[in-house]
Amino acid sequence: MAGLELLSDQGYRLDGRKATELRKVQARMGVFAQADGSAYIEQGNTKALAVVYGPHEVRMSRSKTLHDRAVINCQYSMATFSTAERKRRPHGDRKSTEMSLHLKQTFEAAVLTNLYPRSQIDIYVKILQSDGGNYSACVNAATLAVIDAGIPMRDYVCACTAGFVDETPLADLCHAEESGGGTSLALALLPRGGHIALLQMDARLHQDHLETLMEAAMTACKGVSKVLDQVVRQHLQEVSALTGE
Amino acid sequence: KMLCMLDIRLDGRQTYDYRNIKISFGTDYGCCFVDLGKTRVMAQVSCELITPKENRPNDGIMFFNIELSPMASPAFETGRQSELMVKLNRQLERCLRNSKCIDTESLCVVSGEKVWQIRVDVHLLNHDGNLMDATSIAAITALCHFRRPDVGIQGEDVTVYSTEERDPIPLSIYHMPISVSFSFFQQGTYLLVDPCDREERVMDGLLMIAMNKHREICSIQSSGGIMLLKDQVLRCSKIASVKVSEITELINRALENDKKVRKAGGRCGFAESMPQERITALKTHVSPLEMTDVEEKANEIVLRAEAPPQTVPSPVLPGPGTGQVGEGLQSSWGLEEEEEEEEEEEEEEEEQQHKAEEEVTCVAEEKRGGNCKYLLRFTSLVPDVFVPSCQLQYSQNCTDKFRTM
Repeated sequence: MAGLELLSDQGYRLDGRKATELRKVQARMGVFAQADGSAYIEQGNTKALAVVYGPHEVRMSRSKTLHDRAVINCQYSMATFSTAERKRRPHGDRKSTEMSLHLKQTFEAAVLTNLYPRSQIDIYVKILQSDGGNYSACVNAATLAVIDAGIPMRDYVCACTAGFVDETPLADLCHAEESGGGTSLALALLPRGGHIALLQMDARLHQDHLETLMEAAMTACKGVSKVLDQVVRQHLQEVSALTGE
Repeated sequence: KMLCMLDIRLDGRQTYDYRNIKISFGTDYGCCFVDLGKTRVMAQVSCELITPKENRPNDGIMFFNIELSPMASPAFETGRQSELMVKLNRQLERCLRNSKCIDTESLCVVSGEKVWQIRVDVHLLNHDGNLMDATSIAAITALCHFRRPDVGIQGEDVTVYSTEERDPIPLSIYHMPISVSFSFFQQGTYLLVDPCDREERVMDGLLMIAMNKHREICSIQSSGGIMLLKDQVLRCSKIASVKVSEITELINRALENDKKVRKAGGRCGFAESMPQERITALKTHVSPLEMTDVEEKANEIVLRAEAPPQTVPSPVLPGPGTGQVGEGLQSSWGLEEEEEEEEEEEEEEEEQQHKAEEEVTCVAEEKRGGNCKYLLRFTSLVPDVFVPSCQLQYSQNCTDKFRTM
């Protein structure tokens, strides 16, 4: 832990990126035919899969029906082979439940739920390979899946992590940088209005640095939103070409 | 909502005010009670020697557990891991463990074989809002208060000395992270610090910032479906730093007091800290009131107020053949449409009968609930008037008066 140099003197990180560079993002929509919406995203080595069912009738526990909005139900799980050591409990433990809650909170803010009263929208996300930025990959994948399902949202929800080393903010942390004990901030943003849907930070950071860190995270999120936008347009072109429009 | 706009809250606090915080300790080291207004929380720290994790052989283990018992609120259920419990547990873990407030390497006894496991159990005794702040204050105070047994190592043998043999040692704590909760209303327009239970139920979302007195942010977590703006978060962090320094002062003073009392050999503990003057369990504190301009305000109000309405001792006769007793109020039962229709019909009827002066059997009608307004219609012959018994005295007056007509 002490030996790893997260930021070298020339300004390069462990994987050769510069401080504000994002990892390579590749995404595909419409991966599964059965689900209403699905998407797969790769952010560097982190791979996430998201599936959306809905809006449909509230199935389990009718009492959760809201008369004026849709209920959003999220489940986050990690594949047992996703981490270096085999994960014995993919879902149901505290961390997964907390992640599911955060995802639900993020999408309740972004999806126009008042168009679908008394119904339920399910979002299932699975991490196939975890290399830092789990939450961000989930949010980005889920955004694409929701768009694929045709559910209206206020704006793209883009998420990214940011860290702080040697007075420099780093964008899009990988696993080694996250677990190195330094600061890590996860931010979910709606890029057009600059609204923050979720903000989560661990580990110590002096108050004066908070603004620079948040700025870096927001810039990174806007970068991710450009990529997602491109993916959506490309997918739309492919689909309309197939249907001959 | 209205109170937010007027800048006062339900209990008279300002937007950035905390409720009264009271910290008391139990007889054992590591037991601490925190009162945040009416929210009561108890934290207990205990320790145990166990084998460490394989990938961290030199570090001790910290374990946090928050129990939400139904004693605290009728909304909590036993057994089931509710969302709130997971949320609070994770927030406390992130606040205290990830910020490395305790030196875990000092908890190591024999590397790879025996380390101390420090376990913090927090029990909620009464839920009146802002559980996160209360639990964080209780947990960190209990950790500061705790003393672990001294350990002696001679070669391979490890001896744990009991409290009688050697004084227990306090834990080495680097800093005290304390969480401050901000609740947002109306999509971020209004902000309140330290929401009470009622404010929590109507809030849009919550932002929790954990800081220590060196102005280092230990954790930030936003929850609920609110959208924040960057400058809102920055403003909250500034407010939080002020609050945290105040609370840290309070905790240090409480710890000092307790140390003094214990040294002086005085009796200390939970039972001692509760004053036993009354039979009733709940005790409200004497709160000072601003009384300087009360008289002036009262006089102003009296001068500006209208004269009280004259009470009608006898029935009023608005026209020939009609008598009116009492003034009715507007019905608030929401049956307005039906009543209005009935009203219109009745009014038409009245007019017809009024003009035609037909004989009508007396009808006592109840118009518009509340204080009943009875329109008694009479024919030239004064018949027996049927009036509900509640208005019996009035009816007597009526019949007498009308008889004289």
